[in-house]
Amino acid sequence: MFVSDTMLKINDLCAKVEDKEILRQLNLEVKPGEIHAIMGPNGAGKSTLGNVLSGRPGYEATAGHVEFKGQDLLDMDPEIRAREGLFLAFQYPVEIPGVSNMELLKASVDARRAHAGLEEYSAIEFMKMAREACKTVNLDQSFLKRGVNEGFSGGEKKRNEIMQMMLLEPSLCILDETDSGLDIDALQVVASGVNAMRSADRSFIVVTHYQRLLDYIVPDYVHVLANGRIVKSGDKSLALELEAKGYSWLENEAV
Amino acid sequence: MSEQVESLIRKEYSAGFHTNIESETLPPGLNEDVIRFISAKKNEPQWMLDWRLKAFKIWQGMEEPEWAHVKYPKIDFQSISYFSAPKSLADRPKSLDEVDPDLIETYNKLGIPLHEQEMLAGVAVDAVFDSVSVVTTFRGKLEEAGVIFCPISEAVHKYPELIKKYIGSVVPQRDNYYSALNSAVFSDGSFVYIPKGVRCPMELSTYFRINEMNTGQFERTLIIADEGSHVSYLEGCTAPQRDENQLHAAVVELVALDNAEIKYSTVQNWYPGDEQGKGGIYNFVTKRGICHTRAKISWTQVETGSAVTWKYPSCILKGDHSIGEFYSVALTNNYQQADTGTKMIHLGKHTKSTIISKGISAGKSQNAYRGLVRMGPTAEGARNYTQCDSLLIGDRCGAHTFPYIESAHPSAVVEHEATTSKVSDDQLFLCQQRGLDAEKAVSMIVNGFCREVFKQLPMEFAVEAGKLLEVSLEGSVG
Repeated sequence: MFVSDTMLKINDLCAKVEDKEILRQLNLEVKPGEIHAIMGPNGAGKSTLGNVLSGRPGYEATAGHVEFKGQDLLDMDPEIRAREGLFLAFQYPVEIPGVSNMELLKASVDARRAHAGLEEYSAIEFMKMAREACKTVNLDQSFLKRGVNEGFSGGEKKRNEIMQMMLLEPSLCILDETDSGLDIDALQVVASGVNAMRSADRSFIVVTHYQRLLDYIVPDYVHVLANGRIVKSGDKSLALELEAKGYSWLENEAV
Repeated sequence: MSEQVESLIRKEYSAGFHTNIESETLPPGLNEDVIRFISAKKNEPQWMLDWRLKAFKIWQGMEEPEWAHVKYPKIDFQSISYFSAPKSLADRPKSLDEVDPDLIETYNKLGIPLHEQEMLAGVAVDAVFDSVSVVTTFRGKLEEAGVIFCPISEAVHKYPELIKKYIGSVVPQRDNYYSALNSAVFSDGSFVYIPKGVRCPMELSTYFRINEMNTGQFERTLIIADEGSHVSYLEGCTAPQRDENQLHAAVVELVALDNAEIKYSTVQNWYPGDEQGKGGIYNFVTKRGICHTRAKISWTQVETGSAVTWKYPSCILKGDHSIGEFYSVALTNNYQQADTGTKMIHLGKHTKSTIISKGISAGKSQNAYRGLVRMGPTAEGARNYTQCDSLLIGDRCGAHTFPYIESAHPSAVVEHEATTSKVSDDQLFLCQQRGLDAEKAVSMIVNGFCREVFKQLPMEFAVEAGKLLEVSLEGSVG
């Protein structure tokens, strides 16, 4: 297996959505085992970053380079990025009526394992794991049988995302405003799921508006994204400072 | 939808091959002599020939219908050949060893080797290869139960009273243009009779093949479930790839006597034509069942093939408390056109019907649901529930719904629900972000959409149907 001392290395990344330039020469390096929080005002490009990295159609990288575990990320199809271990927890998970959660999960994990040259889990083995994951995120097991996100509440959708993440065992997890719309109990469940997954060979990029989440998921680094680039980086104390002072004092630096 | 979806919609027809079995084929054309030839070939009694000739007269006086939401070049009925039979059939094979190896090979390509099927649990196969039934298995076991399952041509000789009584009793010769044509020239098909109180010990299955160039296929199936009996019948079709349009006009008649139940499941995968829509099969089918008191008929169909489909499996709910059901998945891709649905005719008191229709359109195809629910003046307390869902893949296809509701009884209740949705880029991306390729994602989404109907299919058919959708949609995203 390829071992790299860098999980993700973003160099001068520019990206546009439709015809609007959103990311402007963004630079970021994430090492294995690290948690990076990305904060910033609305419209700064926080969600765009996750979408560009995961290869969502409509989000076009126009310049720059992204290396993921030593490989050219932008060159890969979205499903290959996923199989290589990049996971995006969606801000707004969509419903897929009639397709059971279990069916999607099994197919996803099978695809990822096949890509890594590993054998598929048996249905029984996998069911066991899925039930465990349900417990961890405090979702009733009946959710495994229900249609993907079909009729789930906002909080259930987010916990479902974390459950998927646990089963897929990604190398790099990008959480796109997973805390939005969560009450404090759900927030703790999500955070403890993430914390349980922390390990020396797994990294997290946590995109959030609020410092609150970072009380539970303690980041190694905090970055402020404004006008499409990272304008300030620091440790977790930066998040507290941002909460106290807001973003306006930083936005000028970005222009 | 994005170009992504567009490029997935392209794929060669996987069952596209053609077997060389010598055939006895009539030159193209249709007149009384052709009908006499067909009848003589089968050594039919005079009454059967007279019935055919009467149908031919009726057909000559009819106009080809044009009301369906489909477009195709005018069919020249004189350019079609109306009879062909595999030559090796003069003597009926007693076992598979005697069957033309080419035919066995064809089944192997389709993944249904007969020697394995004989051992497979519970499915008897009446293999219709072109116009004549070639192989019949499991006869013995069925005979023990008193079940008759044989080619209709054989039933004409062996069970003339049943044929005389019931043929044309549900779909009369003059019912429509294609039923009249079928009545005149029908080649062969299946005949099933389940005696009183008998539960058919296995599912009855027929595989249809169209294998002769330019040969119309005119199947005729008649199933009679006597009082209190039960039967599940499976019909599955695949066909070889070819260049010229082929007409297929089958008739299926079901008779469910008091307290009887017939479950009729179809997986249809005829050649739909190439990416430009050239060469596919025209499928103009009349399927109808009649339910007597407390009887039940359930139609389940998965339609993925044919260039043009015109098909409305229907129930006449004549007896009080009888039940009609229709579960349908119709998938169209490329330039396919489907106008399909059902008719539920409520005559008896407290009759009930359920219609669940799932239409999936991809490519440049057109998919129409056309359904009639009629509550007759005697249908006191009758109920219908209709649910009609359409799924669009891409933005160059069409979905249409034409529900007709007629109620002549104030106590009858008719419910109709309809939805139209699209496979969204967001759904696709969610699946891709979890590691599935776009094709697998679309197939999963579509299978989810069809779940309610697949649930109605017998297990082995449900698996086949899922695979069929996957194959049919290959190339629909990308």
